[in-house]
Amino acid sequence: MEYNQLTTLETANDLGLRPEEFERIKEILGRTPNFTELSIFSVMWSEHCSYKNSITWLKTLPKDGPRMLAKAGEENAGMVDLGDGIACVFKIESHNHPSALEPYQGAATGVGGINRDIFTMGARPVAQLNSLRFGDINQERTKWLIKGIVKGIGDYGNAFGIPTVGGEVFFDDCYNVNPLVNAMSAGILEVGDMISATSFGVGNPVFIVGSATGKDGIHGAAFASKNITEDSVNDLPSVQVGDPFQEKLLLEASLEVIKTGAVIGMQDMGAAGIICSNAEMSAKGEHGMRIDLDKVPMRQPNMEPFEILLSESQERMLIVVEKGREAEVQVVFDKWDLNCIQIGEVTANGRLEYYVHDELVADVPADDLVLGGGAPVYEREYKEPAYFAENKKFNIEDITEPEDLKVAAMHLISHPNIASKRWVTEQYDSMVGAATITTNFPSDAALTSIKGTNKALALTIDCNSRYVYADPQKGCAIAVAEAARNITCAGGEPVAITNCLNFGNPYVPEVYWQFVSAIKGMSEACVKFETPVTGGNVSFYNQSTDDGPVFPTPAIGMLGVLDNVENRMSLDFKKAGDLIFLIGENKNDISSSEYLASFHKVSASPAPYFDLDEEYDMHQVVKQLILSKVIESAHDVADGGLYITLLESAMPRGLGFDIESDDEVRKDAFLFGEAQGRVLVSVKADKEEEFVELMATSEVEFSLLGTVSEGDLLVDGELFATVQESKEVFDNVLHHILGQA
Amino acid sequence: MKFGVVVFPGSNCDQDSVDVLGNILGQEVVKLWHKDHDLQQCDFIILPGGFSFGDYLRSGAIARFSPIMQEVIQFANKGGYVMGICNGFQILAEAGLVPGALLHNDHRKFNCKNIFLKPQTLDSLVTNQLGLNKALKIPVAHGEGNYFADADTLKMLNDQDQILFKYCDEAGNISLESNPNGSIQNIAGVCNKQRNVFGLMPHPERAADSLLGNQDGLGIFESILKTVDA
Amino acid sequence: MKFIAEINVMPLKEILDPQGKAVTGSMKNLDLAEIQNIRIGKHITLEIDADTEEIARQKVDTACKKLLANLIMESYEFELTAV
Repeated sequence: MEYNQLTTLETANDLGLRPEEFERIKEILGRTPNFTELSIFSVMWSEHCSYKNSITWLKTLPKDGPRMLAKAGEENAGMVDLGDGIACVFKIESHNHPSALEPYQGAATGVGGINRDIFTMGARPVAQLNSLRFGDINQERTKWLIKGIVKGIGDYGNAFGIPTVGGEVFFDDCYNVNPLVNAMSAGILEVGDMISATSFGVGNPVFIVGSATGKDGIHGAAFASKNITEDSVNDLPSVQVGDPFQEKLLLEASLEVIKTGAVIGMQDMGAAGIICSNAEMSAKGEHGMRIDLDKVPMRQPNMEPFEILLSESQERMLIVVEKGREAEVQVVFDKWDLNCIQIGEVTANGRLEYYVHDELVADVPADDLVLGGGAPVYEREYKEPAYFAENKKFNIEDITEPEDLKVAAMHLISHPNIASKRWVTEQYDSMVGAATITTNFPSDAALTSIKGTNKALALTIDCNSRYVYADPQKGCAIAVAEAARNITCAGGEPVAITNCLNFGNPYVPEVYWQFVSAIKGMSEACVKFETPVTGGNVSFYNQSTDDGPVFPTPAIGMLGVLDNVENRMSLDFKKAGDLIFLIGENKNDISSSEYLASFHKVSASPAPYFDLDEEYDMHQVVKQLILSKVIESAHDVADGGLYITLLESAMPRGLGFDIESDDEVRKDAFLFGEAQGRVLVSVKADKEEEFVELMATSEVEFSLLGTVSEGDLLVDGELFATVQESKEVFDNVLHHILGQA
Repeated sequence: MKFGVVVFPGSNCDQDSVDVLGNILGQEVVKLWHKDHDLQQCDFIILPGGFSFGDYLRSGAIARFSPIMQEVIQFANKGGYVMGICNGFQILAEAGLVPGALLHNDHRKFNCKNIFLKPQTLDSLVTNQLGLNKALKIPVAHGEGNYFADADTLKMLNDQDQILFKYCDEAGNISLESNPNGSIQNIAGVCNKQRNVFGLMPHPERAADSLLGNQDGLGIFESILKTVDA
Repeated sequence: MKFIAEINVMPLKEILDPQGKAVTGSMKNLDLAEIQNIRIGKHITLEIDADTEEIARQKVDTACKKLLANLIMESYEFELTAV
């Protein structure tokens, strides 16, 4: 089909638009769109750009807070005030589907995209994290995905030169077909230095900078249609290839060009490329643009207008510059050997007009393309799935307690979900920038010092998707609570979150119920912890082998701050003889634990015990303990339960523990249950009184478990293992499965 | 003493070196842009870590032809002090300023972690304040750090005391297990015959700030200052 | 019969080759600015025993398709020589 040919309902359908959407487009334009225009609407109104199936519920999330400088939806990423004139920009994004197809490039370009979101606002990225979900690690395809994705993240992030300081890796069969790759980045800037993704000022020039544009990532399903082209081979959509070297140059050049003061607005080109940045910047600035597509630097000959507009070639930015100051901008990009080409200018009429050799090829109103403007918004049906009621029937008494709990303990230590992830994390440069405090002070959250200040960022990503599947509302609240707990245990103050909402098909009412319930749980917890949602990303259509959805996986990326880095807290036991206390209460609960799921192979159970108010109160007392310098270590009880928490605190210094169990609960629940709201701390013997006095000022439960030992792992006097043998297993599980190479 | 840290496109440890020299050690330090020809009267040039030119083709191969490298090579040939860290070591090797080459790690993966390093000679500008028996905890972060030299070169390195550091374990044992990348004879750093050009894969600048809980790398910088100031 | 296969694996011409692009850019430092469009692939050689050249060709082709080249991003070609 020719670019200027008028379209039909059939073409709209091929492009993934619904009949009512096609009618609406005709109404907006007052005529039938040509192919280029229809392509524009199809990508801008796609779920990815418009959030049409999720925005109604996303709007219910709390987004206000005293520290918010750029709220959800206002800019490319959320921005929060850290005090003393410093702000932090942070965001998480998914790259699930590209990574399932081409794991190396899919994951690499995901890292590139999220970092551009940060530096396009004028912030220098300082820390990266990621959350990865894979299927059965023993399957060859899973191994191929892990190796490709981890190498892709590493090669891109390492060369870009920003440390990868934290994250999570989780395995479950539900991710066999569809792995999840969520990448997060945080950057620092001075308050007032932010550059907005906006465009205004009639006559101001519009520049494209960075890489040339090729036919990369143009939506395959829509464009493989026979209508588009006859000579197929050269027009197949091609995979996006990441170039971290180009990204590094783009970072330095972008931050340098902002300093000139000549930049009106800037936006990176991610999904839907030029058209998306043109539309969003113009809609925000309430202006239009005239763009000459033939001026865009192209990597391939004979690109059609829609291909230029929709291309997702990486490492590009759009910059609107104050007229008359073009040379100041040009000199910066010349220095860094980057393209910097004027492709158009700002106009008054709010329309996006695209020309090729002075012929108008598309003319659409910017505002009607974007979220919050004319993009459609749908309310989807939702319905509680049958399994939810089934899960509630679970009774711990139906599970026989194993004769020998040492076997269960060793099973957990050897399980890829519990064991060390160093096979993964050592492939990431976690120390470049010389600001990563947690390299030598292991903590529940990653701590990154902010150069030139006494402050540090505390960062974590959390989501136990098994809990979310079991009970989406409670499970998602737990994800927020766990993130806050991790920040608190590291000595930080939770500030705000970004979320990456990975779900199945939103048109399935049971899936949409998971989505709605998770949003409700997130809201409750974020209100309680005063951590507004600053934005993030929604990824629907994540499916498993049997065409069921993956576990609903709302990954929570939380930002915390330490005003004084001296108040950091680490998780490792310091010295034999120190007392070990549990803050929070033991529960007779093994629901949705790794122990229940992988040792007993029982998948139907509710989410573990969780009480939001108790959880919050517990965090406050841990904060006091850290500030008062009463405790030596703090580590939250999470996946694998108390036994694994104890072991993780013991291993860094080769120490052990000698503890007594609790008669009130089953011993397997005591050791391996994952009831929430618990933190393990160690206290020097001569500080016991001070500790108890401080605890007495709150209502929070606590109990003495025992003492730190020289290296034996003792429960009720029974030797479970030595720390050396446990560490040997724990450290090498992934190496044994995935090999050295 | 004035230090110059060269910035290549893709360098990413340049600022870390500047911070250690300037903020922690209080030295005069400037950044030198790769397209320039002016070493700005620096007494000591550092080629920092990173991925110069994306590490495409071979690590260091393209950077070695940057304009400023003509001056760095001349400076070194006249006896000027040059130290390459990680990617900087790779660039020095490509430029032929130190012997040997850096191959892909034997396990073919990028590897970032704390390792231990044992000084092999105190007769160098960068090791004279260290001890021969204490293992230093210093991070590595590289995919191509597998040091290789042919038999003749190795003999020369040993005979002329040009090996600066070897990988070891926490107790100081130089073993197969403590070798993070397959380097021949566990070699982590070398100098040239004239003992004015130094290359090492580990990152001492990442182990210099008390805030990060490890200052084992500081001794290398202090060695430089001690000798040159004296 | 024994054959030697000489295989060239190249990035597809329509996708970005960051390595080739960076190396092209460096040519001006060598006063070779007239060199353009460098693209970098892999050259692979292998030996194969097969009854006929046709069978050898099929097997090498399978090796290329399944492992040696990633068809999402790379193309390949090869020459067979009997030894």
